[in-house]
Parts: sequence; C-alpha cells; structure tokens
Amino acid sequence: MSRSLTVVRVGPQTLIQDLGRPGNAHLGVPPSGALDVPALTLANRLVGNPESAAGIEALLGRIQLRANCSCTVAVTGPSVLVSVGDHLVDSHAPVHLRAGDVLGLGAPVGGLRCYVAVSGGIDVPLQLSSRATDILSGIGPDPLRANDVLPLGSVDGLPEGADVLSPSVAPAELVVPVLLGPREDWFDDPHGQLAAGRWTVSQQSNRVGLRLDGTALRRAAAFEARELPSEGVVTGSVQVPANGRPVLFLADHPVTGGYPVIGVVTAEALPRLAQARPGTPVRLQPLR
Amino acid sequence: MLVELDSLAEVEALHGALLVADLPDVVELVPAATTVLIAVRPGSDGLNRARAVVEAADLSHPPDRTPRQVRLPIVYDGPDLELVASTARLSVDEVVALHSGAEYTVAFCGFAPGFGYLVGLPEPLRQARLDNPRTKVPAGSVGIAGEFTGAYPTASPGGWRLIGRTSAILFDAKRTPDPALLAPGDHVRFEVAS
Repeated sequence: MSRSLTVVRVGPQTLIQDLGRPGNAHLGVPPSGALDVPALTLANRLVGNPESAAGIEALLGRIQLRANCSCTVAVTGPSVLVSVGDHLVDSHAPVHLRAGDVLGLGAPVGGLRCYVAVSGGIDVPLQLSSRATDILSGIGPDPLRANDVLPLGSVDGLPEGADVLSPSVAPAELVVPVLLGPREDWFDDPHGQLAAGRWTVSQQSNRVGLRLDGTALRRAAAFEARELPSEGVVTGSVQVPANGRPVLFLADHPVTGGYPVIGVVTAEALPRLAQARPGTPVRLQPLR
Repeated sequence: MLVELDSLAEVEALHGALLVADLPDVVELVPAATTVLIAVRPGSDGLNRARAVVEAADLSHPPDRTPRQVRLPIVYDGPDLELVASTARLSVDEVVALHSGAEYTVAFCGFAPGFGYLVGLPEPLRQARLDNPRTKVPAGSVGIAGEFTGAYPTASPGGWRLIGRTSAILFDAKRTPDPALLAPGDHVRFEVAS
C-alpha cells in the first residue's frame, strides 16, 4: 500500500507548505511557502527529510491526522500539546506513529502557527516547483479539510536524535528591525516617525500581510497627492497605504504594489511576524 | 535593489541586460512601469554583481534577444467596444483593425498570475479606465487602459475597457513547462478567431 495520512480534523486554517516558489514574481506569482521557515525546516530535519519537504502549517493548531502507514512525525513552532491516541508526546522531537495511530495537536499557548513534518514529506503534485498553498493567487493545493488523504513520499533519511529543543516563544512585544527604503523619501522624517510609532497586530492580518493598527505615517508634503506606478515588492516590505497604517508583507504578498514601501523588515525577523497574534504590541526599529 | 528608470523603454533595456547577464544569485527580477526590482539570495554577492550590470547597461538600446512570439485568438465582442469606438471617433471595424493589426510587447506582469501589461497600443486606443470598475470581469476578457492592453487570466474585479475575449488559457499552475503564457519581453499579436 502506498504511504499516506488521513486528515481527521482541521483547525481554522490548515495548509500544505514548503519553501514556496520564489523566482516567479515576474509572472505575477507570489513566493508563498511556510511563514515560519525555521520551524518547518527544523521539523523536517527531525524526521529525516530534506529541509525543503512539504509539511503542514496549522494556524492555531487543533488538528488530527491518522497515519495509514508506519511513519515518523515532528511538531514544531510554539509550545503546544501533542498526543498520539490518548498519550501525550513531546513536541520538537521525532515521534513514531504506527498505522492507525492518530496524532493530535492542541491549541498553541502563545504564537499562531504549528508545523508538522512527516517522514517522506507530503507528496501532492508540484505547481511551479512547489507544493505550497498560496491564499492570494489560489496556486497550490486547496486548504486541507477533514477526510483528505495526503500521499507521502518515500523515506530516504533517518530521524535526527535531537536532545531537547525548546519551542519558540512569542515575545510580549514585537520589535521589528526595518531597513529604510526604497521609498522612505515619500515620508516626513521616516526614521523618526518609525521609531516613535506604536502599533498592534490587526485582526485583518493573514498570510498576505501583517496589518498594523495604530500610528498613521505622514507623507512628506511634496508626495501627499502623488500616485506611485506599481513596482515590485519583496517579502518583508513595509508598505504604507493611503490610511498611513503599515502593512508588513508576508509570503503570499502581491508581487507588485502601488503604495510606497518605507522600509523592509530584515530576513531574520520574518519568522517572528509569522507567530504574532492579533493584539500584540509592535514597534518598528529603523536601521540606517 | 529597486532601480528607477525614466521610461518603459529603459525598463526593457535594463531588464534585457539583466536577463542576458543571467546572474546566479538573483532570486527575483521584476520589471514594472518605471522600475526593475532585483532581489538576491541573502548573504550572497549578488547585489554587487547586479549593481555592476546596472551601471554598465546601455539604457538607450535593449540587448539583442530573440523574443518569444505569442498569438492570442480573440473575438471582438466586448461590452465596451462601442464606447471605445466612439471615444476614438472610429467605427467598431476600425477599432478591431487597429487592435488586431498591432504587435505588442509584454512590458511586465502583475495584478494576478499571468496578467501581462502589453505595450504597443495604437494611439487612438489609449483611453482612460472606466469611471466605475466592474466587480467581476470574466476570465479571458481583453481590455485596454491607458497605454496598455491585456487579457484577464482569471475572473476578477477590473476597470479596463473590455473590447473582446480570448480562448487562450493565460495561466494554469499545473501546465509545464510554462504555466504563464506571457512573460516580460514576449511579442504578442491578437488574431481574430474564425
């Protein structure tokens, strides 16, 4: 029998994600892929997969998966209760499942997105070299639903015997380093405004962008009524729409934008954005 | 790195020069109306090498490349065809002859996967967007807006004046090797479907 998993229960948004499909922006295709990349690659290493294998990104956890074959799984991301049948098992460690075992995730205590890797990786068909679900463009597999059967790839690595890995902890306040540009000149004192601003993560946030409520950034007088011809943007761009409240672009961002980008979040800070719950206080720390 | 340019012709020239240079650490190369975005692998030397290509590029001449030729079958029956004709002070037949007679170039893509902004639109067809954008434009609709013409790959909201529709599948993520029918630099002609 071919190797597979059956989805028993899904959470509010349960998606297949890998490292995405960067390199297609010129065709209008977003990069997509796991928002918390280190969490996905860690889970893959724990089960002996290449880091690029497809796993599951479970917003707010609360999923159940039944193994239809013997396999190794690992759950990473924030601290979360993990069970096999009636038994609690460790997160952030390889866990063996026998055929028929049901893996369950509770709701994470802090943070947002849990990752599940399975030995062999989830082997749904590639679309533009990736298995990731892109919620903006609709490319990739549909969001998971109960009773979906997920084929698994063949196993050719050994699980890593990690000692003790601690879950990532979502900080009480998110401080995000931002490199100014390319359109910082559209704003009055961009450095000062960013440093003085105070925001919280908006409920409207999703995989496209982390939207911020709070301080509205003011444009410089010369740019007040200016329209910006759409231009390419990257993941981490801090785009400032007409209302002045910044949007931090995440993996499913549109490839071009018509509002000025005041700065770009450093790559190291992106995984923390993936785990920031609505209501989390945010400060932007401009770098020169 | 975002490079700002003065015209679409300069964008085309720089984009072409970067394609020819084929730098290994460039992850994304995104031409737009007046910019080219160059995104490189973090920690690589890609930015320095890209900067050298940008500084050496001849912006007045695009490098010689053989563009792909794409033909899009079209039926001219769009809901705004009469509006476009009256705005241009032409007959519908003259609009059809102008639009299908021109050769276009994909200046850049965006808005949605596979949506190409085509330049080369004859002057009388360069017209404003609709005052009230449609909430739903069917997939395959061909429209004009400003200096651009283009076809909607999927049903979406849109404010372009619609003059026809194409049966071409502009984007299919499952199609290999080219999920997108149009890429920047391609030459495109509309052919009246019989």
